[in-house]
Amino acid sequence: MKTAVIVFPGSNCDRDMAVALETVTGRAPAMVWHRESELPAGTDFIALPGGFSYGDYLRSGAMAARSPILRAVAEAAGRGVPVLGVCNGFQVLTEAQLLPGALMRNAGLNFVCRSVRLTVENSQSLFTAGYRAGETITIPVAHHDGNYFADDATLDRLEGEGRVAFRYADAVNGSARRIAGVLNDAGNVLGMMPHPERAIDPAHGGTDGLRLFEAALGVLA
Amino acid sequence: MKVQVHVTLKPGVLDPQGKAIHHALEGLGFAGVEDVRAGRFIELDVADDVTDADLDAMCAKLLANTVIENYRITRA
Repeated sequence: MKTAVIVFPGSNCDRDMAVALETVTGRAPAMVWHRESELPAGTDFIALPGGFSYGDYLRSGAMAARSPILRAVAEAAGRGVPVLGVCNGFQVLTEAQLLPGALMRNAGLNFVCRSVRLTVENSQSLFTAGYRAGETITIPVAHHDGNYFADDATLDRLEGEGRVAFRYADAVNGSARRIAGVLNDAGNVLGMMPHPERAIDPAHGGTDGLRLFEAALGVLA
Repeated sequence: MKVQVHVTLKPGVLDPQGKAIHHALEGLGFAGVEDVRAGRFIELDVADDVTDADLDAMCAKLLANTVIENYRITRA
């Protein structure tokens, strides 16, 4: 399994993501700088990490979504390569229009940094097949702009197509319908505000994120 | 040539920042403020041959996120 982590100026969860990928695959991911225009040949999993790419200038994720490497990421996503965007990575995916909706300032205006309970809404996707539908898992969040917004027609379509992957068990940031993570229509792109890479080792306080990587990376027992 | 771009949240999109500003104004004792919406103002200095269509594309592709925002272009 050849994985890649895209690194933007201001990314700060890229190394956590790399540790998670290496823990599960046994092989260190390629760290791909945003100025690159191509992914390493044979890349079969792409992660967009959390952080504050380009200092959140203009809008969170806006500049990163227009960086050269995102054209390669979009092209790979179009070929069905799995793409996981966490936190700022989710913001980048919406700004790049690889996922619908937008992530706005948290309704309470506070930066929210704590572990939250999520309900697994769809356990059929390649990222969530390690969970049971309806299962509650605990994953940390750390964000200021995690308030998911889409118009009602889009939200209805996402729900109807099973593209809401995770929902906050309790209100966290004002997200429409408490949506924490969404899939693209083909099911190979997942964006989520919570950080599964921060829940893979008992020393993190929990390991509920591990099954996401195990499922997505095809190493489920 | 100077071009002014105003980016505003679409009607119906909740604006927590506007709400916080509203509360802060009330806290300062200003009465009569019924609503506050926060937006963004961007000034561009462009060559004379930049067309309206170019400016519109700049807004649609980068300066505004049209999922949540409207934009208005004014040539100064």
